[in-house]
Amino acid sequence: MADAGTQVIGRRGADGAPPSSAVEMRGITKRFPGVVANDRVDFEAAAGEVHALLGENGAGKSTLSNILTGLYRPDEGEILVYGERVQFASPRDALDAGIGMVHQHFRLVEPFTVAENVVLGDHRGEGRSFRLRRRAIERHVAEISTRYGLHVDPRARIWQLSVGEQQRVEILKALYREARILILDEPTAVLTPQEAEVLFATLREMANEGRTVVFISHKLHEVKAVADRVTVLRGGRSIATVSTAEATQRSLAALMVGREVATTERVEQATEKGDVVLELELCSVAGERGPAVREASLTVRSGEIVAIAGVAGNGQRELAEAIAGIRAPVEGLVRVRGRALRPGDPRAAIAAGVAYVPEDRLGTGLAPSLSIASNLALKAYREPHVSRGPLLRLRAIRERAVELIARYRIAAPGPHAQARQLSGGNLQKVVLAREFSARPQLLVAAAPTRGLDVGAIESVHAYVREAAAEGMGVLLISEDLDEILALADRIAVMYEGRIVGEFDARAADVEEIGLAMAGGHDPRQD
Amino acid sequence: MVVPAGSLVFAFFASGLVLLATGHDPLGSYRQIFDAAFVNTGALGQTIVSATPLAFTGLAAAAAFRMRLFNIGGEGQLYIGAITGAAAGLYFGGSGSSSAFAIAAMVVAGCAGGAAWALIPGVLRAFFKTNEIITSLMLNYVAGYLLTYLVFNTESYWRQTTGFNATVFPTGKPLPASAVWPEATVHVQGGIGLPLGAGIAVLAALVLWVLYRRTRFGFEVQVLGDSPRAARYAGMRTRRKILAVMAISGALAGLGGASQVGDFRHTLDADPNGMRKQYYGYAGIVVAALGRYNPLAVLLVAFLIGGLQNAGNTLQGADFPSGLVGVIQGLILFSALGGELLVRYRLRLVRRAETPAAAVEAA
Repeated sequence: MADAGTQVIGRRGADGAPPSSAVEMRGITKRFPGVVANDRVDFEAAAGEVHALLGENGAGKSTLSNILTGLYRPDEGEILVYGERVQFASPRDALDAGIGMVHQHFRLVEPFTVAENVVLGDHRGEGRSFRLRRRAIERHVAEISTRYGLHVDPRARIWQLSVGEQQRVEILKALYREARILILDEPTAVLTPQEAEVLFATLREMANEGRTVVFISHKLHEVKAVADRVTVLRGGRSIATVSTAEATQRSLAALMVGREVATTERVEQATEKGDVVLELELCSVAGERGPAVREASLTVRSGEIVAIAGVAGNGQRELAEAIAGIRAPVEGLVRVRGRALRPGDPRAAIAAGVAYVPEDRLGTGLAPSLSIASNLALKAYREPHVSRGPLLRLRAIRERAVELIARYRIAAPGPHAQARQLSGGNLQKVVLAREFSARPQLLVAAAPTRGLDVGAIESVHAYVREAAAEGMGVLLISEDLDEILALADRIAVMYEGRIVGEFDARAADVEEIGLAMAGGHDPRQD
Repeated sequence: MVVPAGSLVFAFFASGLVLLATGHDPLGSYRQIFDAAFVNTGALGQTIVSATPLAFTGLAAAAAFRMRLFNIGGEGQLYIGAITGAAAGLYFGGSGSSSAFAIAAMVVAGCAGGAAWALIPGVLRAFFKTNEIITSLMLNYVAGYLLTYLVFNTESYWRQTTGFNATVFPTGKPLPASAVWPEATVHVQGGIGLPLGAGIAVLAALVLWVLYRRTRFGFEVQVLGDSPRAARYAGMRTRRKILAVMAISGALAGLGGASQVGDFRHTLDADPNGMRKQYYGYAGIVVAALGRYNPLAVLLVAFLIGGLQNAGNTLQGADFPSGLVGVIQGLILFSALGGELLVRYRLRLVRRAETPAAAVEAA
């Protein structure tokens, strides 16, 4: 794919001399109120290598990369790029220094075309002229696109593209700016297994040209697959830098968490699968931009964990909202224990025993400025033991909160603390504590472990298993295939609003599931 | 708590600068204001007169803003409450009913009028997601023109049609004696009057406080104000809440209008230099913001701002800058809202990094 005339920058010496440092961060410290996100972190990546930055959620990887791309300024420490000391006052300085970043949440303008997004904010080359030279830009973009195998139509508008394609645009942006150091933040979160494979090949290609690729991840098998070296962060500190050839998943996990941890294994549940708890009959739900769910049918039994796999944005959120009553389906029915739910009425769903843990914890599942006690009573405040007539029993609310905080081990200053002060893991515990204590028939959990550290992830998985063991039906919606394979009894795959496959988790084939997630299309054959 | 106090300090400081610039002595002027507001004979009574309408409109704004419903229509709702209140007073006061009944009718009518007027933007917001700021604001003008129309342009029920003055200049019909709201006399500063409206305002503040802090209704308002998505997720009835809160807000402002008629003006005052020039509705928003939408704090702030108003009215003259009170009020609001910035963000002074010379040395 790369032709012989490509400029090679700072390649390893032919005599095997150690590679020159492309970027070096020394003693970087960054503090936020109440937490030291980076504590004297040292990080060094060489030209021509793929260097992974590994750590669990909250370890400080994103902060470190944000400092490197000029979004934050370090409180202490220095940054050297190709041996020269640099100071970034803004991301533009970092871009000029040759550092490009592909963020987890894309920074793309949806109504614009690919070409327009690529050239946005660029003050060299084609971006400099007053008139928008569309064709020249498109040609340039197409060139880079072919060279690196990042196939995307320069004239397509962003909203028309799939998430995987949007990510390619982000990478194109960096390549267009001739970034010599490319940072990718959790890039595979939005990809199918096959798309991830293609991405890794692209990254290797870029490294072979002499660029430096910094790959931020918390997934061990990916780090092993694509990186040359890996630096492990834990609790804001850099723990070790090892060569991936010499490390095992287990040793990396131990470094990452600081203790021996079992890699996500499947635990077989011997629960009796009982009656049907949830039945979706040819449900169609509309999203903000047209139909989101098309004629989906699904059943969940009591004691069963059914997972919906799929890349985010294929209708999962709308489906969950339809079951929880937040969105009314335009067609079809949602039945809980045989009775059809009144569409678009969250109260009816709650009364029927549907518990919903939304993926947007702080935005939908909780009222951020209210106290933990109030949040725990968010749905229960109508019940007789919490309110007497129109008046609230404030003491009963507080006592209940204290009890739940103890039972679920929520780390908080007290029941009166504001919800937004809690960490991600504890927020999720508050939501789970609330939903569980309502003794639901059905638990719908959407991306429940997103952004959580390993300890919190283990807790959440334990609660999900416990829910099924107690006879609840569980519908787990997740982008993390590993999590699904570890927890689920049955796996349904959603693609473009349809359920395109159902698999028994025990006999599951990751290849097959991955293909279904991409609608049957194998990106490796592009 | 620190921020509103800090805003006041800053506002007085800034106004002091303005005074200095125009050749007045700031501390002396402030002393004069304080005396005129609270200390001089009869000052407290006058302050309460100024504070009462501010309390009503302040409570009205607080009730709505608490839920992030920006009801800017307090002014118009007050006018409509005055219109309906005056109608009830004229009718029941003249028809031989007891005084208590007539006054009660005025209270109810004032609430009803204000609530109905506020429900217009309320319905538009609840069912059509129309921005209530614009709709409520525009309705202020409509209410103002209605007021003018009733007294100046027609021979309406509210207009005085008999007597010599009626032929010279249009005025509102005077309220019958039995419909005039009573005053309680307190023996302070040589005897001051506590109007019924002031008492009702205190009662309303207490009720509002209990409603928002201790009831299910208040809980839902809290959640809705903080996160409409969480409220819907939890099964709360959003639209009903919007209508209810707008109605409460409008009722409070309307009550303020009825109080203006019953307590102080004893007629429907449509004079462009009378009730309308006071802009009670808009001042109420300042009061509510300073009181951080807490009903009890709103009462206190209304009292203080009322004092400021009173002082401004009393002191106006050749030797006292007449626009000063307005300037101070504006500065207070500006600082109060600007203070919000300090509450939400922390300012940090960062030293610029070391010079390149030092870097070369270190390399």
